[in-house]
Amino acid sequence: MNMLQILDLSVTFGGLHALRNLDFHVEEGEIVSVIGPNGAGKTTFFNMISGMVTPTSGEILFEGESLLNLDPSQVTERGIARTFQNVRLFANMTILENVMVAQHCRTHQKVFGALLQTKAFKSEEIAIREYGEEVLSFFGSRLIGYRLNQPASVLSYANRRRLEIARAMATRPRLLLLDEPVAGMNPRESAELTALIGRLRSEWGFTIVIIEHDMSVVRDVSDRVVVLDHGETIAQGSYDSVANDPKVVEAYLGRQVQDKNADEETSS
Amino acid sequence: MTATANDASTFEAPGLDWRRQIRFSAIGALSCAFIALAGMPVGLDRRSIVYPVLSLGYLSLFWVPFVLASLAGSQVVLEGMGERERDTRDLAAGALVGLGSALGLVGLMILVKNFNLRDPLVNWSPQLLELLSFNRSTTLGMLLWVVLGTTLGLLGGAMHVVPAMVRAKILTVVLSVLIVSVLQTFLTDLLEGFRLEVFTDFIYYKRGGLEILGALLVAVLAIAIPLLVAGRIKGLRARVQKMPPDERSRVNLVLLGVGAALLLVLPFFLGKIANELLANVGLFVLLALGLNIVVGLAGILDLGYVAFFAVGGYTTAVLTSPNSPGFSPELPWPVALIVVVVLTGLVGLFIGAPVIRMRGDYLAIVTLGFGEIIRLLFLSDWLSGWFGGAQGITNIPGVDVGIGTVKGTDPRSVFLLVLVFCGIAIYVSWRLEHSRLGRAWMAIREDEDVAEAMGVNTTSTKLMAFVVGAVLASFSGAIFSAKVGSIFPTSFIMLVSIIILVVVIVGGMGNIAGVIVGAVVLIGVLGGPKQPGLLQELGQFKLLIYGALLVWMMLKRPEGLVPNVRRSRELHQEEFLQDAWLKGEIDEEDPS
Repeated sequence: MNMLQILDLSVTFGGLHALRNLDFHVEEGEIVSVIGPNGAGKTTFFNMISGMVTPTSGEILFEGESLLNLDPSQVTERGIARTFQNVRLFANMTILENVMVAQHCRTHQKVFGALLQTKAFKSEEIAIREYGEEVLSFFGSRLIGYRLNQPASVLSYANRRRLEIARAMATRPRLLLLDEPVAGMNPRESAELTALIGRLRSEWGFTIVIIEHDMSVVRDVSDRVVVLDHGETIAQGSYDSVANDPKVVEAYLGRQVQDKNADEETSS
Repeated sequence: MTATANDASTFEAPGLDWRRQIRFSAIGALSCAFIALAGMPVGLDRRSIVYPVLSLGYLSLFWVPFVLASLAGSQVVLEGMGERERDTRDLAAGALVGLGSALGLVGLMILVKNFNLRDPLVNWSPQLLELLSFNRSTTLGMLLWVVLGTTLGLLGGAMHVVPAMVRAKILTVVLSVLIVSVLQTFLTDLLEGFRLEVFTDFIYYKRGGLEILGALLVAVLAIAIPLLVAGRIKGLRARVQKMPPDERSRVNLVLLGVGAALLLVLPFFLGKIANELLANVGLFVLLALGLNIVVGLAGILDLGYVAFFAVGGYTTAVLTSPNSPGFSPELPWPVALIVVVVLTGLVGLFIGAPVIRMRGDYLAIVTLGFGEIIRLLFLSDWLSGWFGGAQGITNIPGVDVGIGTVKGTDPRSVFLLVLVFCGIAIYVSWRLEHSRLGRAWMAIREDEDVAEAMGVNTTSTKLMAFVVGAVLASFSGAIFSAKVGSIFPTSFIMLVSIIILVVVIVGGMGNIAGVIVGAVVLIGVLGGPKQPGLLQELGQFKLLIYGALLVWMMLKRPEGLVPNVRRSRELHQEEFLQDAWLKGEIDEEDPS
């Protein structure tokens, strides 16, 4: 069965069709890339899955249940986590706190636990901290050690992106939505992150949807590529089949000029 | 030629900026005239700071040339820029600013003497002229102002010329004389408790202010005591720093315990006035701690916080007073408190539910509205059968705690009760800040959309902040009504919300210690909306000072007196990052 199934979905902002009659599905364990030129509706697509934008019509099913009319926090609770294209960390909270707060929907202690310092509260705090450190240590030594108690704002750009992924991982999702995870990274860093994305599936068991502009990353990680343009799916399939699809080339590069003189010149 | 940041000689230090000095002169002139026309010199002349040479009224003018001259002379030294050599030109600049300020007053004096604008400007009076001329002829007064202003400005400018050590000493002396003088009521009361009134009788003038000899003694002590003690304190501190962390935390715990014990013993050595004052401060500490959770942690700007104070107060009054007009169960206070907490929590939910969906400015305006609605409900004829309308509810009994009764006529007991509840509020704030809920509040303050996307149910989390804040305010309200013994809608005007907010902002938003310091300094010295502080004479100028203080804090120290680490990071992001970079804590991009 498909993990995520999107049926005939449209999103309009006023007169603008951000997404139009979109059909989309992800199978469990798949890594799917969503590509498309700027303004194609990729980020709206993520916002819509994560509940930040309400679709105008259509249906979203996650593990067979509808996600329509759920708040973003409820969507996260169902097991979908995301990162943001323009990194949005809690900049003045520490690195550890960033991943601790992300476990909010997986933990339960309320006011009285904190006030009475119950056993359950203390053990939950320890568990939250340990899981946070475990998630952070996935990125090697970059986010742990003395960094744990530093504010997220001191991190380098690449490390902020890593922390965003760690924060999404900390919500214990089954489906991970990564919005341009390697944007702004240098080639070495993006190659390294590409490898990590593979490990996110093999070691952590996440199903992953990626929005990405960097074609080498798309080629290396994806099982399947979906191309959006003007809010519609124009092609999908393996990287090679999509890369050679004339519609895709047209969407990115524009149509070749059909000039009579040019035709005559080539024929002569 | 390439300029490198490390080569100090690359950048010429900027010369003395005379235009800045002239601008500050004009500011000084305007401030002096404004303060004089606001009526501060005349209104505050009764209170001496140092009898008989300096009254609070004259002080309200004297600080202007001094402070402005030293501000005008200060400059920001940027990395890689040499600092300008200080010389006599700085003295001249200071004198110029001082003279400018004095000229503002001289101009005002000429106008006051020759025209009558008393109709719009109430303080345009012969008394003002008399005071400004030092009870002599106007011409002589003007001359005196020119000399005084220039001298004070000169001194202000000199603060940059003298060595830093001397500057620190001068500041210590001036501040200690001011502080000791302001604390007169409190210190007299305290030393009386120890039967040491000989000392306060010696330094203080009976009708307020230090005697000249007393002021000299304070000045000498202010210089001598640090010399004697500083070395030892430094040594002790260094020793504590060297201890292993668990031992250090034990030392801190012991210090905290000793501090708390001292605080609990303190009321027994204080007289009525000081206890009353501290009880008022405590009520505001409670309110400020509650608002700190709402504004400081969760970032919800609540301008109608007084509503919960009012609900707490009125519920206590209805439940305990035999004079309650509608329903009068005459419950004992502790039982009533349980009902009060539950009910205020519910009111928090009820007000919060519609409000919480809004953000930013809209939210602030709506909370402001709800604050007023609650007060008007208590005032209304419609509900006067329950709450007594404008007549309020009287005859509220004190709190029976077994060994005695806590009531307004015995401020010591009120202060002790307030202390206990402040302890509870501090514990609640501290525990919640370091819990799952506290982290969620902070995340919402940082970025609400992202917090929601990371699985935080923002609606219920924000409501929780509202409810916890409401409950802390209800404690304050319950003690307030038992203390005062009667309760009227006029005690819950919007100004109360604003003052609590100012306390939180000036003290340091998001920081428990900061909020307490803010309440002690502002409410203790200036006084609350209705409650007098140490400087009771300030009365009518209280709001002016609150406003000026708030503006100044926003410009110069937006993080508050005792800043929260996070907030000061946020407000000084660039400096913070620069420091981190210098310490090598910023991480560089990976090499490619």
